[in-house]
Amino acid sequence: MVQSHRPAPPRAAAPTPGPRPVVTSVTDVEQVAAGGTGHAVFSGEMNGAKSIVRSLEECGVEVIFGLPGGAVLPLYDPLMDSEQIRHILVRHEQGAGHAASGYAHATGRVGVCVATSGPGATNLVTPLADANMDSIPIVAITGQVGAALIGTDAFQEADIVGITLPITKHSFLVTNPDDIPRVIAEAFHIAGTGRPGPVLVDIAKSAMAAGTSFGWPPELQLPGYHPTTKPHGKQIREAARLLATARRPVLYVGGGVIRSRAAAELLKLASASGAAVVTTLMARGALPDSHPQNLGMPGMHGTVAAVAALQKCDLLVALGTRFDDRVTGKLSSFAPHATVVHADIDPAEIGKNRTVDVPIVGDLKEVINDLLPELAAEQAQHGKPDLEAWWRQIDDWRETYPLGFEPTEDGLLAPQHVISRIGEISGPESIFVAGVGQHQMWASQFIRFERPNSWINSGGLGTMGYSVPAAMGAKVGAPDRTVWSIDGDGCFQMTNQELATCAINEIPIKVAIINNSSLGMVRQWQTLFYESRYSNTDLNTGHGTVRIPDFVKLAEAYGCVGLRCGAEADVDATIKRAMEIDDQPVVVDFTVSRNAMVWPMVAAGVSNDEIQYARGISPAWDRED
Amino acid sequence: MSRHTLSVLVENKPGVLTRVSGLFARRSFNIYSLAVGPTEHPEISRITVVVDVAELPLEQVTKQLNKLVHVLKIVELERDTSVQRELLLVKVRADNPNRAGVLEVVQLFRARVVDVVPDAVTIEATGGPDKLAALLTALEPFGVREIVQSGTVAIGRGSRSITDRSLERVGRSA
Repeated sequence: MVQSHRPAPPRAAAPTPGPRPVVTSVTDVEQVAAGGTGHAVFSGEMNGAKSIVRSLEECGVEVIFGLPGGAVLPLYDPLMDSEQIRHILVRHEQGAGHAASGYAHATGRVGVCVATSGPGATNLVTPLADANMDSIPIVAITGQVGAALIGTDAFQEADIVGITLPITKHSFLVTNPDDIPRVIAEAFHIAGTGRPGPVLVDIAKSAMAAGTSFGWPPELQLPGYHPTTKPHGKQIREAARLLATARRPVLYVGGGVIRSRAAAELLKLASASGAAVVTTLMARGALPDSHPQNLGMPGMHGTVAAVAALQKCDLLVALGTRFDDRVTGKLSSFAPHATVVHADIDPAEIGKNRTVDVPIVGDLKEVINDLLPELAAEQAQHGKPDLEAWWRQIDDWRETYPLGFEPTEDGLLAPQHVISRIGEISGPESIFVAGVGQHQMWASQFIRFERPNSWINSGGLGTMGYSVPAAMGAKVGAPDRTVWSIDGDGCFQMTNQELATCAINEIPIKVAIINNSSLGMVRQWQTLFYESRYSNTDLNTGHGTVRIPDFVKLAEAYGCVGLRCGAEADVDATIKRAMEIDDQPVVVDFTVSRNAMVWPMVAAGVSNDEIQYARGISPAWDRED
Repeated sequence: MSRHTLSVLVENKPGVLTRVSGLFARRSFNIYSLAVGPTEHPEISRITVVVDVAELPLEQVTKQLNKLVHVLKIVELERDTSVQRELLLVKVRADNPNRAGVLEVVQLFRARVVDVVPDAVTIEATGGPDKLAALLTALEPFGVREIVQSGTVAIGRGSRSITDRSLERVGRSA
């Protein structure tokens, strides 16, 4: 098939259409190739660097987040001439990686970031690990020192392929420029199919500079990569039978539902089954919060109803979720009465933490689409199950233990109030991007999510500093949506340099710093588990402190609008003022009480049965039993 | 915990051994032995890895290995339906008075002498771990000076080949 490449007119002669279809499978490539269409072969002045740009263009890339340096300089030269690709110059490579991730989160497309060798590449380590944990499709392209220098401890040399082996879905080191189109096509294919994830392409500077020819589409050579997307019929029928006959069913929904774009299918399954639904931190918005069957988030800071439903259910249908310790609590006492159906595209997740009765490997969209008719057939045979008692119990939990918060004792703003007002005023069409900590949990709890891809956060790795760059990426991917970064004062100080990128590139994100002047979640654990000994959690940014840094001045220094709000009466007006500014990034310093805590809470390592609704208050389970 | 022998067919690409062994390390699986070599196809290598794990972690490690893009196929070879061999080279003190005794042990174990000097012989032996351990015990009294041992290599008994279908896949994409 390689021999069938035919010369075609130079690319420049053809008008560039909009986004090109991304090559999605080996079969697609073979079909295109067999049809004899679309083969463009270039030579002449083509070099490795131009071949990278052309390959990225062919993969449909419109935006790259990156920062140049010595080993990647050859790439930046032809990149300047690309009419299709917008390069956004970040201030730190970590920002490029998280921006690519935010872009991918918001759009469902593969995000792209670029860095130079050595420190540029190692600065991508955290974003790669983050994307790996949360199954985000990104492709990272790094420059590497010239092939002859690899292994000599050359200037700015780092074995980035070796460093990132455990935190990427796959990685490539390219030293032969002729491999570039194939490797980049393979990288996009691997990142975006199956269980999505980050792919690193490390390209030697010598390969960028060397002459080569360019042909598209290349033939993918991935004999060992075959994600299973079509679920097994027998397992689907068994799952349908269980769903039709369970008395206390729960759909335990994870981020996989969002990755496979299966929200519409989930809605149908929820309605057809009548089951209770819990949406994990990564799945908020997969089912609208306004849906009466949605109990909200389960886990360490989940709603009492969601946690209790998992503990008391007789059937657990896990969809694209991985029984993370933050959801299960002490694993041996998690959902103790449940028969478990687990559907996931990654077979390694099935049975990893919890023994599964009905394993289903497949893409969730296909899984649910196959499940619906089988469920209808089962229900036609057995009748719809009577779930009234189950819902009576759930409603009792919901009424007795709703999400809420106490007024603060120090008279300062309640952070939960600020976050819920941002959610209300900005509305469900907005995108909310959190950092990691208390503010993240409150945002997940108190913003009502009505659609998938509207909630972006670092769930698995828990990366402080994720919010600002990820919000930047999300805004670039979805420019017509309002994008709120809900950040903490600790997180914000880790990556706020990207405000410069936002201001200069006209990416008008809105940042709400929930400023409690401390590393709040750590402080909360110190309050609860370390006798209120606050070791190294005071940041001096908030009310009554020296305010270093002053976030309003910092915002202004970065060319953003800086606002401050410390009184409840001003909250709505401040949010509305921020909403009105659409030509500049806005940073709002909400100075809030540092004593607010995230409730409910299941302490780390204990059973979900021991959930505390508020400090020292545990639900009385046995009442209903 | 029990011992399992996995035959892992992989694409013959740079770094593939690191990917496989790194996976074992970071998922806390102990490798008892590991052997890598070519197969009948130049683009496929075969890794034989012997691990000490319980049944459930074994399933997990197999699934995780299968996720590696360069891994083509994994087969567990059971002890009684496969041939499993290790190679041992051992240097034993052997001078005029005791050389005959050493050679007698070599014959008993159907091993071979591959090098002789006035005060030592080097012996080559293949077999399962039990046989090689017994050989070493028998040689111990003469004075074992140096041992080098390979990881286990293993192949299923009978006419079936585990490489056939992988060869087709690689052939198709090459």
